[in-house]
Amino acid sequence: MSEFVIQTNNLTKRFGDFTAVDQLTFAIQAGEVVGYLGPNGSGKTTTMRMLLGLILPTEGTATVLGYDIRQDSDAIRAEVGYMSQKFSLYHDLTVNENLHFYAGVYGINNENQIQACLDRVGLEKQKNILVSNLSTGWKQRLALATAIVHHPRLLFLDEPTSGVDPTARRAFWDLIYELVAEGITALVTTHYMDEAEYCGRVGIMREGKLLALDTPSNLKISTLPGKAYDLRAQPILDTLQVLEQSQHVLRSGLVGDHLRVILSSEVKPETIVEELKNHSVNNAEIEQVEPTLEDVFLSLAAQ
Amino acid sequence: MINSRLRSLIRKEFIQIRRDPRTLVLIIVIPIMQLFLLGYAATNDVRNIPLAVLDQDHSSAAKALLDAYRAADYFRITYAASSEKELRDLVDRGVVRAGLIIPPNYGDKVNGDGNTTIAFVLDGSDPTIASTSLSAAQLIGQQYSTKILAERMQRHGQTLVMEAPIEVRPQVWYNPDLVSAYFMIPGVIGMILYALTSILTATAIVRERERGTIEQLIVTPILPIELVIGKIIPYIILAIVNTLEVLIIGAWYFNVPVRGDLMLILLLSGLFLLSSLGIGIFASTTANTQQEAMLIVWMSLLPSIFLSGFFFPIEAMPKVLQWISYIFPLRYYLVIIRALLLKGVGVSALRDQIIALTIFGVVIMSAAAKRFRKRLD
Repeated sequence: MSEFVIQTNNLTKRFGDFTAVDQLTFAIQAGEVVGYLGPNGSGKTTTMRMLLGLILPTEGTATVLGYDIRQDSDAIRAEVGYMSQKFSLYHDLTVNENLHFYAGVYGINNENQIQACLDRVGLEKQKNILVSNLSTGWKQRLALATAIVHHPRLLFLDEPTSGVDPTARRAFWDLIYELVAEGITALVTTHYMDEAEYCGRVGIMREGKLLALDTPSNLKISTLPGKAYDLRAQPILDTLQVLEQSQHVLRSGLVGDHLRVILSSEVKPETIVEELKNHSVNNAEIEQVEPTLEDVFLSLAAQ
Repeated sequence: MINSRLRSLIRKEFIQIRRDPRTLVLIIVIPIMQLFLLGYAATNDVRNIPLAVLDQDHSSAAKALLDAYRAADYFRITYAASSEKELRDLVDRGVVRAGLIIPPNYGDKVNGDGNTTIAFVLDGSDPTIASTSLSAAQLIGQQYSTKILAERMQRHGQTLVMEAPIEVRPQVWYNPDLVSAYFMIPGVIGMILYALTSILTATAIVRERERGTIEQLIVTPILPIELVIGKIIPYIILAIVNTLEVLIIGAWYFNVPVRGDLMLILLLSGLFLLSSLGIGIFASTTANTQQEAMLIVWMSLLPSIFLSGFFFPIEAMPKVLQWISYIFPLRYYLVIIRALLLKGVGVSALRDQIIALTIFGVVIMSAAAKRFRKRLD
């Protein structure tokens, strides 16, 4: 048994001329929560499907829980939980019936184990409701319950929070951390930048390539070419135009009611304030801030 | 053999069937409707053929001849034409299927000792009706002329002694009155079961694919053969209910005899259903959409109905079609169900058909399980 829960080597998937996943090499250790961040179509789902043996890789190798993904996908599937993007639930079945179905298919008939699973995701009160009448947030919890009812060692969550409101998203991540505390390993894809911050490590994917994989703070240090600042000035659009023309500014953009600017480390923020004054923007205030993963993502995407 | 995975799948399928009462009602009602429709339509019996008469004689002898035609229920005299042209016109327009022309001197010839000819005109565009009415008309004519002959000889003080050197005495077994419903209804039963069950399961797996639940199902440890069997078992039970329905209505309403052992009928119907449900499941594993699955089933349905001996006897088909007919399970079931209902035979007489259906069922189910790979691409 390898010490890595997931290990891939040049994993590649092509659909005709289109390369969905391009030479992916990474490793995940037990107990980690790894987030995969990337826009739609960047290869996150394809990667997950290959690891589950749902589709065969074109090239490269990978092991999951020590099993080869080409040969031993049955062994892998018995020990992992998977929550697919569409929440694969039967809409004409109740919460309880869905859970019992998946439990039975995994050979679990222990009623206590099933009820405990229902309790854990907080669906005890909803257990007799038809899935078609559930809100997206509840469906998401039920989908998670069906993915963990057999106590898997590894959890694949494919965009588990898409279409779910922020409170439910937060609660969902709390659930994931409870599971991780009990020893489960999780690979989660998302396109929410703020969610990626919750992950132990974040992989950033674009056009099938894994651009970086590290802890959020390391990513901010290693991938950002400079420092991040919040800049407030009026009129905001004119300011942005000046910044975009400036040779000191690596990147600038609107964030809510203010601007986010990345300056190379040698440039002092005062230099920019001066420069703005020369362009008759006199009220600029600048303040160094903690960079976000969005900054990381955008600067990686610009390369 | 029934493990936890299979049991869960079967339970789930039953719940889903129950949650869709409209479909369930259709499954129960459709066979009854079809049996009534086809039971009446699918018949080769020809009765009440509309007949026009051109009586140019108007003698009592002519009236007696017409009464003979009236007495047999093959014909219904609907028109008395006044000219040959009118008679032709009636046949041309399809108002009548046949015409009878009695010549002017008919009465004199018959009452004397002469010979006469009556003309029978018929529309040959529908060969079934034409051949039946032709033989019926000839039969009535012959019987009537024999009667006249006997009367004449009596008049001459002789008794008619006619002894044919060879007598063919036909003896019809199983369906002595040659009622075509007895032949057709078992065929209709087979056809209804085949069409309904294969269409039902055609959508069973592809529906999961369309709804996206297949992805989750594939990552579970369920085996392809378990999925195929689990999807089929609930429908086998429904289909057995359908079998009973059509048998009861066939026996009670259409008076089709049920001479064979009922348990054997149900058992062998179940064997046949493995094949028809298997075809549906196979289509379901091959198709990407429910529509595609339906089309595949339809494509197999029409040739099975036409080549299985439902409408046309297999023996009368060209050799190549006869060989092709061997691949259709309905062919074997029609032999089984007709034999069980009409002849009341036992298992030994149906051994070949039972073997053929068993092979077909096992092959189609394994093929479906093999087609259903646990992958998405």
